[in-house]
Amino acid sequence: MDVAIVGVGLHPFGRFPGVSGIEMGAIAIRRALGDAGVEWRDIQFAFGGSYEVDNPDAVVALLGLTGIPFTDVYNGCATAASALTLASDTIRLGDHGLGIAVGMDKHLPGAFSADPRQYACPSWYGELGQFVTTKFFGMKINKYMHDHGISHSTLAKVVAKNLRNGALNENAFRRKPLSEDEILGSPMLNYPLTQYMFCSPDEGAAAVVLCRAEDARRYTDTPIYLRATTVRTRRLGAFEVHSPWLPVEETVGPTVDASRAAFEIAGLGPEDVDVIQLQDTDAGAEIIHLAENGFCCDGDQEALVADGALEIGGALPVNTDGGLIANGEPIGASGLRQVHEIVLQLRAQAGDRQVPGRPKVGYTQLYGAPGTAGVSILSI
Amino acid sequence: MAQVPIADGIFTWPSDQPQLIGSRCTLCQIVTFPAQVSCPRCPSTAMEEHLLARRGRLWAWTTQDFPPPSPPYAGPTGDAFVPFGVGYVELGGEVRVEARLTEADPSALTQGMEMELVLVPFRDRDGDEVMTFAFRPVG
Repeated sequence: MDVAIVGVGLHPFGRFPGVSGIEMGAIAIRRALGDAGVEWRDIQFAFGGSYEVDNPDAVVALLGLTGIPFTDVYNGCATAASALTLASDTIRLGDHGLGIAVGMDKHLPGAFSADPRQYACPSWYGELGQFVTTKFFGMKINKYMHDHGISHSTLAKVVAKNLRNGALNENAFRRKPLSEDEILGSPMLNYPLTQYMFCSPDEGAAAVVLCRAEDARRYTDTPIYLRATTVRTRRLGAFEVHSPWLPVEETVGPTVDASRAAFEIAGLGPEDVDVIQLQDTDAGAEIIHLAENGFCCDGDQEALVADGALEIGGALPVNTDGGLIANGEPIGASGLRQVHEIVLQLRAQAGDRQVPGRPKVGYTQLYGAPGTAGVSILSI
Repeated sequence: MAQVPIADGIFTWPSDQPQLIGSRCTLCQIVTFPAQVSCPRCPSTAMEEHLLARRGRLWAWTTQDFPPPSPPYAGPTGDAFVPFGVGYVELGGEVRVEARLTEADPSALTQGMEMELVLVPFRDRDGDEVMTFAFRPVG
């Protein structure tokens, strides 16, 4: 059974004093329902993802107490991929025909923190100040730059590109373009990554209405088909966040595993993809993920970025809505924001940031602690 | 002021030639740090204590230029915060350990450089000086 997306909705990303995460979730759901032309009472099941909201299913208090199965999920930065995968599988299994995946979050500013023991790390690891996600991202791109010849200027170009794209996106958090010099000159946080090279935890919500592919044209003239959605966790030997030690044997990260599996399920390859959303927790992550998802070889990014290949009009348009760098990261919603953008692009409804030439296949990827990745592939 | 280790069982103490205390799986030989009660590969529970080499090569590194969120970070904050280096050092060709580096200047750190284990003061706690492990460039 194939699955189609027939509605998407977003609460803008940013900071919204006085608006709760649940309220943002309800707004995103109403917009997705409106986009699909259905009512809340038509929805047969839901999956809700959040880090800060204990029970996303409480959103029914704002939408209607219809008694549907509504399951809450949390899976780190891959939370939205998990909600989408479960919603898709529910339809594939034939249990229900029309459902919704929603993500919502409302974070305080500043780097994420947690008790390291919850991540199977010793207390002293946190006490020493090593239980810090940004430090991992600095270390990973620093090594990658050394091994594959990527320059500091390329990091800045990626940020500048995502902020330019964000300026075209009325739902983005950061809409002010910055120069490469401003990006490189902002305070160093974790070498080689400066303050403006990182995304920020923020607030927002996103929702996606899914149905059986065979029913999709009841709801829309422009169904988008969910060709694959996968979640993978790290294997022994992957270089991952929150690792007090690593074995000397090396293997690829969970993004590579999730990506290969998704392409196989979809029967497509990287060369078929027209528009791409990657987890740009930081500028380095976008560069590394471009290769980890099969869109180039290690080291090719230096020339691709210099040639403008990742721009909206380039051969590999990446993060056309500004990505995490311009939108920030409300963890539960972030991956559904990626799907929202791909759906708009594939419907040719992305306005000023529309990828030219009618893109047919879109791709999204999430990655986060403690080594979890999610990928989805969509097509017209 | 008495010196105390940040935790028991992660490095030899007291010692003029400190070594990190890891574990090795007696079945598959994988080496972990710190010691684990079960193997992350087998996954057997036949682990034995294994002391790690004192010197190795810097495999990856960065710097921590802002005070990490507290908790869990328990070191100096505000004006007292001093940026520090962090990296993985490959020891004995059998494990890569993440640790503080005594050097935080990017121009003084190079992937592949030789590093040596040292014990350094981390913070004061209840009148004691808490000591932790770090790696410093050799030579």
